[in-house]
Amino acid sequence: MSFIPLPDPDPDILKRRAQIAKNLAKIAPDAVFIEDEEGRQAYETDALTTYRRIPLLVILPSSTHEVSLLLTHCHKEHIQVIARGAGTSLCGGAVPTTDAVIIGLSRMRRILDINYDNRTAKVEAGVTNLGISDAMNAEQFFYAPDPSSQIACTIGGNVAMNSGGAHCLKYGVTTNNVLGVKLVLMDGEVIDIGSEALDSNGYDLLGLINGSEGQLGIATEITVRILRKPEMARPMLIGFNNNKDAGNCVSAIIASGMIPAALEFMDKRAIHICENYVKVGYPLDVEALLIVEVEGSENEINLQFDHVREIVEKFDPKTIRIAQNDEETDKIWKGRKSAFGAMGQLSDNYCMDGVIPISRLADVLGWVAHIGRHHDFEIANVFHAGDGSLHPVILYNANDEEELLRAEACGAELLRLCVKAGGCLTGEHGVGIEKRDLMREQFSELDLIQQTRIKTVFDPNWLLNPAKVFPLNAPGRGGIEADIAEISKPGGESER
Amino acid sequence: MSELLLPRDHKDLSDIITSASDDKTRLEVIGENSKQYIGRPMRVDRTLTTRQLSGINFYSPEELVISVRAGTSLSMVEHTLRHEEQQLAFEPIDYGHLFGFKTGQGTIGSVVACNLSGPRRIRSGAARDSLLGIHGVNGRGEYFQNGGRVMKNVTGYDLTKGLTGSWGTLCVFSEVILKVIPRFETSVTLVLQGLDDRLAINALCDAMKSPYEVTGAVHLQKAPVALLTDPKIASLGTSLTAIRLENFETAVRYRSTRLRTQLSCYGDVLEFSEQQTNSFWQDMQHLKFLTQSRAPVWRISTPPQNGPILVSEIERVVPVSAIYDWSGGLIWLEVPATSDVSASDIRRSLAHLGGHATLIRADREVRTRTEVFHPIPGAIGKITRGIKNSFDPHHILNPERMYAGL
Ligand SMILES: Cc1cc2nc3c(=O)[nH]c(=O)nc-3n(C[C@H](O)[C@H](O)[C@H](O)COP(=O)(O)OP(=O)(O)OC[C@H]3O[C@@H](n4cnc5c(N)ncnc54)[C@H](O)[C@@H]3O)c2cc1C
Repeated sequence: MSFIPLPDPDPDILKRRAQIAKNLAKIAPDAVFIEDEEGRQAYETDALTTYRRIPLLVILPSSTHEVSLLLTHCHKEHIQVIARGAGTSLCGGAVPTTDAVIIGLSRMRRILDINYDNRTAKVEAGVTNLGISDAMNAEQFFYAPDPSSQIACTIGGNVAMNSGGAHCLKYGVTTNNVLGVKLVLMDGEVIDIGSEALDSNGYDLLGLINGSEGQLGIATEITVRILRKPEMARPMLIGFNNNKDAGNCVSAIIASGMIPAALEFMDKRAIHICENYVKVGYPLDVEALLIVEVEGSENEINLQFDHVREIVEKFDPKTIRIAQNDEETDKIWKGRKSAFGAMGQLSDNYCMDGVIPISRLADVLGWVAHIGRHHDFEIANVFHAGDGSLHPVILYNANDEEELLRAEACGAELLRLCVKAGGCLTGEHGVGIEKRDLMREQFSELDLIQQTRIKTVFDPNWLLNPAKVFPLNAPGRGGIEADIAEISKPGGESER
Repeated sequence: MSELLLPRDHKDLSDIITSASDDKTRLEVIGENSKQYIGRPMRVDRTLTTRQLSGINFYSPEELVISVRAGTSLSMVEHTLRHEEQQLAFEPIDYGHLFGFKTGQGTIGSVVACNLSGPRRIRSGAARDSLLGIHGVNGRGEYFQNGGRVMKNVTGYDLTKGLTGSWGTLCVFSEVILKVIPRFETSVTLVLQGLDDRLAINALCDAMKSPYEVTGAVHLQKAPVALLTDPKIASLGTSLTAIRLENFETAVRYRSTRLRTQLSCYGDVLEFSEQQTNSFWQDMQHLKFLTQSRAPVWRISTPPQNGPILVSEIERVVPVSAIYDWSGGLIWLEVPATSDVSASDIRRSLAHLGGHATLIRADREVRTRTEVFHPIPGAIGKITRGIKNSFDPHHILNPERMYAGL
């Protein structure tokens, strides 16, 4: 089944499963415990469904205090723990190991405070991304980062993965929009990082927590920056004769000195799949589509579209269509946002997530197609072009083991291509299990050890979300004795 | 003191720090030394400057990215960007005047190391938010990189952000890669006069709640206004509450009209000319309002609505002068030179209002006995120590500049 190895479970922990459950239930009697196999099976994977392991136990606490008590005990007993939001991770970030306890945040979904004057909202980690914006809709405010999974994914998961979305071109990704996190460390200690103020104190721990893939602590409350909605937003749909023109047009728009609110790309395969699925009226006679969204008053929007049109005309567009009202706007976005659902209807698909410098867009798209042909796969491209965040989607049959293996090899080659083009392995979905063993494509041993040492600072025994992010033989992995001793020594003047 | 250590490339830098680490030679890390008076006074053996690690590595205006060697002067970076009608989104503040230096000194590495961000931070993020990648050498002499040159990157832990604002205590940057933005076509400043702090912050928060994408929101009490560069502005003789819009011409026109109407409930709304606008915001970036006295200055970060509450709490004890940036969320507070320069009062207030305070300007002797950086509580203190130890186990990089014992 899986090709990326997970470590063998600790047989002693497996044997003690019932006892562990009993002890934990005593500590947090009000938490929901899922112990039966069928119940636990619901948590065996995330959106990277080729990897499955039934966890030791699933616990759904309802407060920071409970999370703290549970972690304190697991720490003492040396039991591994994996935090889980909605399980929509595409890199296997939330895939369990059989000897690990899942702590699910899904019951912690209260909006704790919204302060429009200070433009902040404090919510529990299990609130969905869209749930935050929905809570402030009436006041015309929103939380900006918008992963396509926003109906389902949780803000805790977003923080862990530093998630992005279409409108991050203008508004930044999760880490640029989070002001504070209440974090429970593996030893049960609760820390408050940041506040409602704009910048935080001391070392930038928020910077480290965002994107740490649930390995440094469990976030239970998040304070985010919220923004007033623009007066209006309208997308323009532009069809091109080939990917190259569309790719070059993207670079030209950014180079022209304007930053649209969103700048999305779909190739022919993606257009047809989406149109077939949701019937939103995408043109079917084009090879590539761009969605350019701009914001402001009606007049401002029109002026920006004039500017865009001027650039677009240089790339021989086949169609240009501007949404005239909210309904047309929603339709255009509905097609784009349902892309992954639509592909899922059609076949199994494996969505890659490399990033490249935008000036390389047109070239890299050519190479992507070439790599697809070489591995004998169809690849659909639908992605955030404005920031060079690619999503080549490999269409394959997961039930055919040989094909699965080939799809993974093809994916790895696509990611290597992104790194070679001056980019990186992942711009949104994270490393998880999926890209763990590719980390050396991008990082030297010294680059990696700076990161593994940080893990050791927060979680010296490496109990949180094991077997992810770093190659299993990465330097410093597992918290080597020397590092632990060094990190916890007083140092400074007293050393001399 | 012995001669300066002047690495020419990252290999040099790594060799120098490796040998310092072997001998436990304590290093003061500087760029152009423009921030020597900030932080706890240090006891060091040698001084290392990044000055020769200078120059633009690459600049790709059409991709909005620039990669700069860390010792390059900020003014050179800004000049290069201006040439292509681009700029740094976070509008870094300049501490020059504050210490009686010229402005325009300081290196890009120190901007990142100190996370210096100006008025536009409120809309476009801090220095850390524009930083895409770094190369540097830690206190073990290990050369490493993190992040990269692309706009989105979640590969591994984000040390790029983690190291911003570490004041040279964790690593010495050799190269920083930054996202840049286009310069705006035009800008306008709307001004309210004579408001007290609380009303002023309400007005700023109202402006921020509008859909008009305000990029600057400051309030100056009456006294500091007299210190501003533009003679007309300086002679206004009232407190000033200023709101900046930057965008293309039509948008700025439309938005300022709308905003003006919205703000009219606070009084007459004045509009600065373009020239006045430029001068005024440059003054904000250069902290011009703090240049006359040598009085101690605190930089306080708190939720905007709590800004005036904090100031009034301190005012009950000593006379202060306050300038509010970030719509009230950033306060530059001048206090009398009492023995603890109001540290305990300020920090007591912050304990219930939220936020933190850094003592930016004070005599060496004051900085020795007062905690310059906001004290960090138990478990976070432990993590801070762990991070310091992991990057710089012998505490040779800017030892104790931020915290005693680290
Ligand atoms: C159809 C689809 C579209 C997607 N589109 C996007 C997109 O546009 N942009 C994007 O960035 N991602 C996208 N994703 C990926 C995914 O939705 C994000 O990574 C999301 O942030 C995961 O949130 P979650 O709540 O589902 O977390 P989970 O999948 O449950 O967990 C993800 C990781 O976060 C950790 N974690 C979860 N909660 C916490 C917590 N409270 N504290 C600490 N660690 C925690 C877990 O241990 C795990 O490592 C998409 C996924 C799908 C299925």
